[in-house]
Amino acid sequence: MGAFVIGGYLGPLLIIGLVIVPSTLIAGTLGRLVRVSFLLTLPVAISVVLVSVFTRAGTHVLFAIGPFDATMEGVDFAGQILVRLFAISLAIGLFGLTTDPNALVYDLERRGVSPRFAFVANATLQAVPTMVERAGVIQAAQRARGLDTEGSLRARLRGVMPLVGPVILSSLTEVEERSLALEVRAFSRPGRRNLLWAAPDRPIERVARWAMVLAFVSVVALRVTGNFPDLV
Amino acid sequence: MLELSGVTYRYAGYAKPAIHDVNLRLADGEILGLVGANEAGKSTICLVASGLAPASIGGGLSGTLTIDGEAMAGRPVHELAERVVVGFQNSATQLSGVARSVFEEVAIGPMNLGLEVPEILARAHAALRTLRIEDLAERAPNRLSGGQSQLVAIASLIAMRPRHIILDEPTAQLDPEGTRLVGEALRALAGTGTALLVVEHKTDLLDGLCGRIAVVADGAIVREGTASDIFDDPRLADWGVEAPARVRLGRALAGRGLDPAVVLA
Repeated sequence: MGAFVIGGYLGPLLIIGLVIVPSTLIAGTLGRLVRVSFLLTLPVAISVVLVSVFTRAGTHVLFAIGPFDATMEGVDFAGQILVRLFAISLAIGLFGLTTDPNALVYDLERRGVSPRFAFVANATLQAVPTMVERAGVIQAAQRARGLDTEGSLRARLRGVMPLVGPVILSSLTEVEERSLALEVRAFSRPGRRNLLWAAPDRPIERVARWAMVLAFVSVVALRVTGNFPDLV
Repeated sequence: MLELSGVTYRYAGYAKPAIHDVNLRLADGEILGLVGANEAGKSTICLVASGLAPASIGGGLSGTLTIDGEAMAGRPVHELAERVVVGFQNSATQLSGVARSVFEEVAIGPMNLGLEVPEILARAHAALRTLRIEDLAERAPNRLSGGQSQLVAIASLIAMRPRHIILDEPTAQLDPEGTRLVGEALRALAGTGTALLVVEHKTDLLDGLCGRIAVVADGAIVREGTASDIFDDPRLADWGVEAPARVRLGRALAGRGLDPAVVLA
């Protein structure tokens, strides 16, 4: 968010250079993070470039395609948006690559989020790989009975349809059975519960968190009051 | 003691009751076996005896469920958790799906009870030890075999330390060794005063385990007695129950004119 609030090129690049890249180097995930962020940003980036370059009014026309003029101002605007988007996707990617979903949910519960919400959040995060695994099993069963799931795109799409019903229905059945099993284990008991695990939280991490919050609030305040310096 | 008196239960959306006029008594420390054909009503009895039906799944119930003399009607299921728990046969759905390790999975129930951490740890360790699956403690629950999952699911119930445990085909996915292990664990639990209601098709397991057996057919309890009485009953096959190997072997020997008591001795 800070990348959007600061604006320009320099702000997002400072965030990338001073915060994200050092953190990524420490985590040892630079290559993977760049790939993930690039893929995350690409679809939006393409539309941003097309819309900004060809529809942004400007005096410096670079070239024209039919009725659309590509302007220098459009390129500049697209560049600023892209660098912000990339900063955001790098930050999200870094979070995703370095945070264990279970640890996050347990820590949220420790900080006061209700156990029920924590379970739903955790179960949702776990549901994707489980459903992918179940789809694989059902697909193998369907293929054993002659379903063609390979070949052209059309054949593959045709092969997906018979999977949808069984995957969804079996998931619903499983949810019902699992909810009963959880009920038996006092899941619906009101009140807090004592957790077995606490996320490591060193003083330097707490200082870093509060520093980031403070920096964000300061930047927003400076922007709102019009005291923020113009950045390139 | 857990007691069902004159219980008739109808699932939501169904006109016909799944079980009718069921009377069943489970004394402290007793292991009661429940046998019958598929669709006879065994699982429905488990749901009603555990308080899940109708509290969690709806439907219509007449008759009473009492535990230690107290009627359970209208009580929320979490209040029953330390009195009675139930485990179903599909081990995949018995696990929470959110635990990172088997130990954590087994500890979820005690955590939900709001116990202090040392007590949670003690219960989880003890439950794993009871089923001799301590070596699975650090394994990811979603990477277990069907049999291992079943054992973990049972351990998760044991960790609740309820007075009554209901198990619906607990060894359905277990190999002979796993089945034997569960049998030993159940016997040990009964020795501590825990009452067990065990639904099983494996009559060989029940034969050496249960003090009493009840036979369910068409939604009703049609026969109740000691394991010997029930498994020697010639009507057993009519109720869709296979006699244990001991009985079948005895009959085969008797059919050839041999005295089973002498041969098997």
